[in-house]
Amino acid sequence: MQELIKFLPLFPLIGFVLIGIFGKKIKNEKLIGGFASLMVGIPFILSIMLFYHLLSTGSQTPEIVHVFTWIATGSLDISVSYQLDQLSVTFALIITGIGFLIHIYSIGYMHGDRSFYRFFSYLNLFIFMMLNLVLASNYLLTFLGWEGVGLASYLLIGFWYDKKFEGVRITWNGDAGMKAFVVNRIGDFGFLIAMFLIFVTFNSLDYVSVSETAAANYDFYMNSAIVTIITLMLFLGCTGKSAQLPLSVWLPDAMAGPTPVSALIHAATMVTAGIFLVARNSVLFSLSESTMMVVAVVGAITALTAASIGLVQNDIKKVLAYSTVSQLGFMFVALGVGAFYIGIFHVMTHAFFKGLLFLAAGSVIHGMHHEQNIKVMGGLKKYMPITSKTFFIGTLAIAGIPFFSGFMSKDEILWYAWSSHLGGWGLWVVLAIAALFTAFYMFRLYYLTFTGNERFDHKHVHPHESPKTMTFALIVLAILSAFGGFLNLPPALVPWSHADPLLKSWLKPIFADANMIMGHQAHGIEPMMYVLMVIATSIGLFMWYVARKWYSDPQWSAPRSIAASMKGLHKVLFDKYKLDEFYYATIIDPIYSMSKSFLWRFTDIKIIDGLINGSAKFVEQFGERIRLVQSGIAQNYAILMMVGIISIISWLMFN
Amino acid sequence: MATLLLTLFIPLAGSLLLLFFKKDNIQAIKYTALGISLFTFLISLFLFFSFDSANPGFQFVVEMVWIQAFDAGFRVGVDGMSMLLVMLTTFITPIAILSSFGSIEKRHKEYYVMILLLQFAMTGVFVALDLFLFYIFWEIILIPMYFIIGIWGGKDKLYAAIKFFLFTVVGSLFMLVAVVYLGYYVGSEILQMQSGFTSNFLIIKDLGSAIPYDVQKWLFWGFALSFLIKVPIFPLHTWLPDAHTEAPTPGSVILAGVLLKMGTYGLIRFNLEMFPQAAMNYASVISVLAVIGIIYGALVAMVQTDVKRLVAYSSVSHLGFVVLGIFSMTVEGIQGAVIQMVNHGLSTGMLFLCVGVLYERRHTREISEYGGIARVMPNFTVFFAIAMLASVGLPGLNGFVGEYLTLIGAFKSPILNSYWYTIIGTTGVIFAAVYLLWMFQRVMFGTNDNPKNYNLKDMNKREWAMMVPIVIFIVWIGVYPSTFLKISENSTRLLVNKIELLKFGKSTYELPGYENPAEKQETE
Repeated sequence: MQELIKFLPLFPLIGFVLIGIFGKKIKNEKLIGGFASLMVGIPFILSIMLFYHLLSTGSQTPEIVHVFTWIATGSLDISVSYQLDQLSVTFALIITGIGFLIHIYSIGYMHGDRSFYRFFSYLNLFIFMMLNLVLASNYLLTFLGWEGVGLASYLLIGFWYDKKFEGVRITWNGDAGMKAFVVNRIGDFGFLIAMFLIFVTFNSLDYVSVSETAAANYDFYMNSAIVTIITLMLFLGCTGKSAQLPLSVWLPDAMAGPTPVSALIHAATMVTAGIFLVARNSVLFSLSESTMMVVAVVGAITALTAASIGLVQNDIKKVLAYSTVSQLGFMFVALGVGAFYIGIFHVMTHAFFKGLLFLAAGSVIHGMHHEQNIKVMGGLKKYMPITSKTFFIGTLAIAGIPFFSGFMSKDEILWYAWSSHLGGWGLWVVLAIAALFTAFYMFRLYYLTFTGNERFDHKHVHPHESPKTMTFALIVLAILSAFGGFLNLPPALVPWSHADPLLKSWLKPIFADANMIMGHQAHGIEPMMYVLMVIATSIGLFMWYVARKWYSDPQWSAPRSIAASMKGLHKVLFDKYKLDEFYYATIIDPIYSMSKSFLWRFTDIKIIDGLINGSAKFVEQFGERIRLVQSGIAQNYAILMMVGIISIISWLMFN
Repeated sequence: MATLLLTLFIPLAGSLLLLFFKKDNIQAIKYTALGISLFTFLISLFLFFSFDSANPGFQFVVEMVWIQAFDAGFRVGVDGMSMLLVMLTTFITPIAILSSFGSIEKRHKEYYVMILLLQFAMTGVFVALDLFLFYIFWEIILIPMYFIIGIWGGKDKLYAAIKFFLFTVVGSLFMLVAVVYLGYYVGSEILQMQSGFTSNFLIIKDLGSAIPYDVQKWLFWGFALSFLIKVPIFPLHTWLPDAHTEAPTPGSVILAGVLLKMGTYGLIRFNLEMFPQAAMNYASVISVLAVIGIIYGALVAMVQTDVKRLVAYSSVSHLGFVVLGIFSMTVEGIQGAVIQMVNHGLSTGMLFLCVGVLYERRHTREISEYGGIARVMPNFTVFFAIAMLASVGLPGLNGFVGEYLTLIGAFKSPILNSYWYTIIGTTGVIFAAVYLLWMFQRVMFGTNDNPKNYNLKDMNKREWAMMVPIVIFIVWIGVYPSTFLKISENSTRLLVNKIELLKFGKSTYELPGYENPAEKQETE
């Protein structure tokens, strides 16, 4: 049964290769789209089978399935092999499940595109790489997937490579793709260094043996410098892939890609790879309290700043992009305070509601003929009933309205941020403010887009509901966004039950060692839980009320007057804290001009070449003096060479 | 035995054969040259498959004394490392010849004579087991390469050709002195042979540590300087951008694909093998230069406006990884260096082919002249992208395997004994993404708004034939490098064993079924 895991990545690989090579010849969109979806649908079914296999055996240890030896030389022996356990299966289910829905959706969304086949080929490539990332049994294979999803992301962001895109120093969509790849490479640098350190420290790159060695000698490794550096370097990788500060700048520009890509890659799956990596290395991370603190603090700051930017953006996708950055921050806080399974839980609910929101936004963009500015939308409810309803459900979920999925996971994160020995009230306050912002910008987005005056140009824009292939995915994801949270009911909501929540008990074997290291914290039901829950919920409800009130006024007078009274702050948020400009001014431009004027023009041309040409000229003149009849320069030196050789040899011989 | 000699001499015979062709019988000359190089490749395949990778020593050895007075002989043979480089040579040459069909427009006969002569000499360099013979092959290469750049090159071809010649000759000079002195020292002082001189590498290679260190270190630098110029290493690299840029496409392909590897090969074969003591002592100096080269090459590549010059500078960066791997003196590092030599030959060779494809259509190499080419040349875009990504070091393609192994080798190296080489070297992977992706962005993406580019033709059949074989190996080495790592594994272990025994008195790596002569001496 566990051998099935080998075939999960195989199908999307076949899809990528076949569609990539033969897709151009096949004009039938349904055939291409259907085939690509099938290549993701089959692994989804296989994942379900593996899920039941694990459930029925109740396996506590990972099963490793070896495929072939990849790089073996010297003391290095790295194979392509997959690890079957609760964590990898959970991610495989999310990736193939959501991936399948988004493939179906894309058949409608990409209809009539010149490079329809190319899109589906890339999507399959992405699924293949993402599955390698999460199923790998060693760091290097994860790294293959890690860079591979980066490639797919690069190709898909720049999919419409001849379209322009607005951004700091960005002209084309391809520039945004390049930015994503390069920023991610900075993170990959950290990942690579971490792997080198792991290899020399633990003599292996297999997850199982590294974790086992570390857990078995935990008092030796506890808070040791080496483990702290390893985990910080891994986390640097995570800040790249999961768009956390300081490497968060690429994700908003990644919105240049087609909207299904934003939903699948830049919201539901790829960007959660960082959370996966920390969870996979929960033993190492739990061994370093300093790193855990860094993870939590970076997550919290990112959550807050990104949410604050989201408050004032007018591009429907940009708002969702900043929201994603912010939500990823929430997940990292969960990991940083040691609540690993809650981080995974939020990955899951976020995949549902953010996937839904992006797809619904795509449906709006599709229906509005590629308009993305919410200021010129409004009143779309009437034209797009399914889209607006599902979008609203997604909004309720992300805003933390009880008892939608986002409520369950976010509430747990807030609780652990408060109560964990690695957390504290400060973290809770930052996250609560971020949650307040989240609720506001999401309801603002909803009301500006779907209600109020119709502000678009009726002559050119005729909004319409999207085809069934698209609305199907919306409906499925809306159901999941509404009820997905019940997979892990917070204990506070079911005080009479003493059993662990479903997801927690399912993931227990994965985090057993980490929990052992951190010291088991048996939390009973505390009154404080309810207090905090009520506060957080009221925040969400209040913001709903505020947004509704402000934006049902056609003049938007309240938000306008506030923005006018805080012009400076509004501009800072609108300009995204000028982080891009800061990087250009302090890092990129100086390196560029130094390379050009100092390294190249000065060192290479003036110094090195100058020296050599100078001495060559000297020798040339010298040569011409001793050999009066001479035509070619090369011969000159041949003669000189011989003279030199003979003199040196004779010196050596007779000295 | 015969297969090795055939692999070596068929190109020479072909080169001589072409001399008898009529000058204007261009088609016959072209296809004969191609046929000869393909035939050589076939023969070398036999060599490859009959190679015994379990044996770490030299195989297919042929020994004939040539000049008795100096004990100089025709001695050839291959071990795991040279085997791979011979294959690289026989593989790249037919592709380079195929690309010549489009880029060489005058004096065809002379050109194809030169290129086959070049192949003969390059193979010779990799198989020679006699210092004198090696030196002869090393020098022969100068002649065809000088003419290929000087006659069939671009605008500043003469400047580039002379610069190339000068640098190499200066290096060779030092090497010749070292060869002569080494032969004399081993022949008279150590072995006290009748001739008083030997250039037999098979003997000399194990006697290096018997040479007093004061002498050894000068001999080490005599060889190293010549090789390091060829690699090239910072700050001896400035001949390379000119030579690569001005050479015709096949010239650049061979320069990048094979010629540079003669330097790195020489470092392993002669410097590490003959002077391990000196190599250990100077490992950190050379590795510092290698790491500087990685960063420096990448940064200077980033600011280039000429596509070809950009690719040329990228070689400085990539070869830095190779040198770092070599002087890590670990099995991982040297194995990584060997596979990276092959990788660089494939991916940079292919990048030059891609630049050539563009150049043949537009006759310009300025990046700003292009943009949005993806729209008119979709198939070409795919190949160019693969070459670019292989060069960026994307896992799953070949470049990653080499870079990763050299870096991890340097990281764990007891001889370098510092993490900083790897840490700084690894930043090179960031810069590689910057300069290559940015170039790709400007050339291939955006809109095609230059009227001269409106009607560019996509790749023709000949161009497909050049690219597809390279792509196969780019993917093969990326996914299943064992095929090739296995070939050089035992030879590398043998070399590293020798170094470790010298340094630590014991070795880490086992060589199943092989008795290490050095170890045997120890036990005796």
